[in-house]
Amino acid sequence: MCIAFPGKIISIDNDNYAILDIGGTQREACLDIIDEQVGIGDYVICHAGFAIHKVDEQTAQEKLEFLKHLIDNEIY
Amino acid sequence: MKYIDEYRDPEIAGGLLAGIEKLSRQLARPVTIMEVCGSHTQAIGRYGIRKMLPDGIRLISGPGCPVCVTSVQDVDTALWLAAQPNVIFTTFGDMLRVPGTGSRSLQQLRAEGADIRVVASAADCIGLALENPQREIIFMGIGFETTSPTIAATVVTVQKKQLKNLTVFSVHKVIPPAIKALIDDPALQIDGFLCPGHVSIITGADAYRCITDAGLAAVITGFEPVDVLEGIYMLLRQLQEKEKEVVIQYGRGVKKEGNHKALELLEKVFIPSDARWRGLGVIPGSGLAFRDSFADFDALRKFTVPELASEEIKGCRCGDILRGIIEPPACPLFRKICTPNNPTGPCMVSSEGTCAAYYRYL
Repeated sequence: MCIAFPGKIISIDNDNYAILDIGGTQREACLDIIDEQVGIGDYVICHAGFAIHKVDEQTAQEKLEFLKHLIDNEIY
Repeated sequence: MKYIDEYRDPEIAGGLLAGIEKLSRQLARPVTIMEVCGSHTQAIGRYGIRKMLPDGIRLISGPGCPVCVTSVQDVDTALWLAAQPNVIFTTFGDMLRVPGTGSRSLQQLRAEGADIRVVASAADCIGLALENPQREIIFMGIGFETTSPTIAATVVTVQKKQLKNLTVFSVHKVIPPAIKALIDDPALQIDGFLCPGHVSIITGADAYRCITDAGLAAVITGFEPVDVLEGIYMLLRQLQEKEKEVVIQYGRGVKKEGNHKALELLEKVFIPSDARWRGLGVIPGSGLAFRDSFADFDALRKFTVPELASEEIKGCRCGDILRGIIEPPACPLFRKICTPNNPTGPCMVSSEGTCAAYYRYL
């Protein structure tokens, strides 16, 4: 039930609700819980109608590079 | 989809699997890993991860599906509340088919005429309360730390808007005390835990200290196949080390310190309470009750629920499955009487329930 999806913020209204693009589908998400500054273009993780986390894009990218390096150098 | 497709890359998954096989050979002993979260159970089933792993590595499912661990007593209370006159009873979709005493469910009650509605977000209840000022809206608040802050935020908004016709029946639960109960259970021998990624967005990493303090491994893990495989890889690596610490695989989602704003909201609205878990019994401090300053939003204070004679479902082994004692095929009802279309026990209801995942993917 803790299902959550990453979505891109495409607009934010005056009531602190954002419209997210989640793989081509648009969903509304309340920004009252998120504890970081977010703006249009940011990716957030959305759960039960609320954005709960701003995706750390740098960490996400570094992780994939790290995994490729690990697999090439330490595993195979 | 960005941040999803990359984590389904077959080459990376294959590499991690080779790494797991290598570490498993080095460890040269059987390893039992519990995935606490229902979303992990579903991902492991859906991507066939259990079958890919080397023989020495056993994955068992834990109590991390909120509807599955909701007690018969709480389901019966929900049924009573939903049957009261002038009430619109709302909840998340997974809750509708969870059986209470005598296999009665909210879905049955709805078919008999009760006004029971599914919402996708607690915040949807605000609109419902505004549109129906003469009716009482009761929201069944269910879920772990991922979900409970969304209910806390909704209650704070309702208080600001001075709405008087919306209350919450809180059956929220918190994960760490349940993990502690499993660690202390002598019937279980677990080497490490894949900790729930989305719960951890809110709680942060320190919530799982009880695992590493007990000398067991803990990896906060995401939900795509690469995440789960890397989580297992990191867990095996940790088993090779003497010192244990909670590590985060799901770095794009989880900060070590968690989400302060959400934690503050939880603290503001709720106070820890004892809660009854299906299968695990009453666990001290594992529930969330309303603080006195938010008593007006507590359905249990607004409505006087009588003593209800609750009874567990006969023959159902969900309790043992939720503790990781048995796997679903060991239950005599599994696949025979209990199926996703006609679930006898709660673990067959939600797609994240262990029995439903085994039924669908095994």
